[in-house]
Parts: sequence; structure tokens; C-alpha cells
Amino acid sequence: MKNILIIGWKTLSKPSGYYSLGALVIGGFIAGIIFWGGFNTALEVTNTEEFCISCHEMENNVYEEMKTTIHFSNRSGVRATCPDCHVPHAWTDKIARKMQASKEVWGMLFGTIDTREKFLAHRRGLAENEWRRLKANDSLECRNCHNFDYMDFTEQSERASYQHSTALADGEKTCIDCHKGIAHQLPDMKGVEGW
Amino acid sequence: MKNLNLAAIASLLVLAVSPIMYSLNANAADKETINSVATLRDATPIDVQKEPNRIPQVVNKDIKKARNYPMQPPVIPHTIRSYEVNKNNNKCMSCHSRHRTEKTQAPMVSVTHYMDRDGNFLAEMSPRRYFCNQCHVTQLDAEPLVENTFTDMRSLMKAKAKSKEH
Repeated sequence: MKNILIIGWKTLSKPSGYYSLGALVIGGFIAGIIFWGGFNTALEVTNTEEFCISCHEMENNVYEEMKTTIHFSNRSGVRATCPDCHVPHAWTDKIARKMQASKEVWGMLFGTIDTREKFLAHRRGLAENEWRRLKANDSLECRNCHNFDYMDFTEQSERASYQHSTALADGEKTCIDCHKGIAHQLPDMKGVEGW
Repeated sequence: MKNLNLAAIASLLVLAVSPIMYSLNANAADKETINSVATLRDATPIDVQKEPNRIPQVVNKDIKKARNYPMQPPVIPHTIRSYEVNKNNNKCMSCHSRHRTEKTQAPMVSVTHYMDRDGNFLAEMSPRRYFCNQCHVTQLDAEPLVENTFTDMRSLMKAKAKSKEH
């Protein structure tokens, strides 16, 4: 074992006496494309709704609940999928979120929420994670679609236009402060501000 | 003798048939009265599938509607889609509870909602008044199927006072 490692290190640390520089550069370039493309494709596969609901924890709880909400079915037929709201779209943030998701793999393997009862028991904590994230990034995932600059207050109901033109416009509040539980059912909200 | 038998059979037949005829007539009469009342099926024959009616929209104008009588629970002048009112939360109360009304400018639920059935005031909403939709409902932009002739007490009294004047 040790010998193999030593041979490997010697091969890597010595200059190539065999292949031309061109072959190495072009070969490296092509291998880079394949590796990077492969990595990105795999990353994008994990960023689809089919991937998310391939676990029954997601399919039977949160996905079912979402089906009745406006983010699933609405007049214009535009809908949000899991990653639209739960994974940042910018690359570095996305990778950071994907690394955090390794904890969710752990949860899946050890069945942390593998029954409805366990899921409900964990719901408040899970919801708080998402509220904290959206509060910290000023509801970035909401704003990826709901752009404040293009909101037409005259098209909104009176209450909505009042709140959006005051609290939201001042930056005093962000989307998630008021719009909790719009895509999934809520946990027990005791002690949450505004409830 | 044969004639008599025939007559007996004929009379029996008539006796047997007459209730059926009668019920047929009665059915026709029922049909007329039933069809004179507007229903969602709009007098569509029973063996025909009716084109479904348009689903009316919930009125979302935020303008208070008058109450038809003093004890009427006020109707909800806005949409309440996906408002959860269950064991865990009461979304309505995040605007209409006493401590939220200053922030939201929504009308506070009346004090009776904080009373138990013995008339004691509670700090929180009384469990028997917790489920808002038991009494309060949204309104639809639909035409009534049946005309409503309800007249409230005030209009009655007004009319009476007027007739006395003359």
C-alpha cells in the first residue's frame, strides 16, 4: 500500500519524459471539460423536483401540502419547484447550500423524519431553518421571481399595496416576515413574531 | 257469466293502473314546482350532464359590508385562501386579535370572542369561538339563485312610522 502511494507520488512529482507538452495540455483541457460538465450535470440533477421527491419524506409531507397552494396551481400556470425556493441560484451560495444538505442525507439514512409523526415533531425546527435563511438573505429566493421594482401596487388589493409600499419598501420587513407558510403547512407558531 | 268475469278483470285492471296514472300526474306536477325554483342545474333534464357553472370569485375589496341584523357575524371582505385555522395556528388572529390590530389596522374580534360560556373573560380567545369560519364567511361575486325578501327590523319600523304619519 505504502509502495503504491510512493510510486504514485514519484510519477506525479517528476516531469513527464514521455508525453508531449501539447498532449498533456490538450488532454488536460478535454478531461477538464468532461469532469466539470459531469460535476455540473450531477449538480443539476440534484436540483430538480424529481430528485427531491424521490425520498418519501419529501413526497408525502411537504410536496403533498404544496399541491393545494398558489405556488403549485394558479391562473397563469407558472409554478415553483422545490429548488426554486430552497436552493440559492448563485453558484457559490448553491454549493454552500449543497454542502449543508449533506446533513439531510444523514437524516434520510437514519430516518430522522421517516414517519408523519416524526416529521410533525421536527416541523418547527425545520421551518425555523428556512425562515432564518430567508431572513438572512432578504428573501432572495422569493425575489428571484417576485421583483419588487416591477410590482404594480395598483393591481394589488388595498391591504397588500399598503403593506408592500410601506414596510417592504422601507426594508423594515422582508417577504418571509409576513408570508410564512405560503407553500407548506405551518408548525405550532407559539412565540413567533406576528402570530 | 263470462261477461261478468271480463267486467271484473277490467275493473281490477283499472284499479291497478289508476295509482300509476295518479303518480305519473303527481310527478308531472312536482316537476313543474321543482323546475320553477332555480337550482344550480337550471332545469337540466335528469339524464343530461349540465355544463358546469362558472366558479365565482371571492370578493376581495376590503370594504365592510353592512350587517343585515345586529347579531349577524360580519362577513369577510377579503380572500382567505390557504389561511390555516387549526390546532397549531389561527391565521385570522394574526391580524384581528387585540394585540395585532394596531399594527394591521384590522377590526378587532369583539369581546364576546374572549368570553367563555359562563361569561368569564379569558386572556386568549375562547375555544368555542376559535374557528372563525363557523360564523364568518367570504362573499362571492355570484347572483343569488333565489330572491331574498328579508326585511330588517329597522326598515319595518321606518315603514310603520311613515304609514302612521299619513
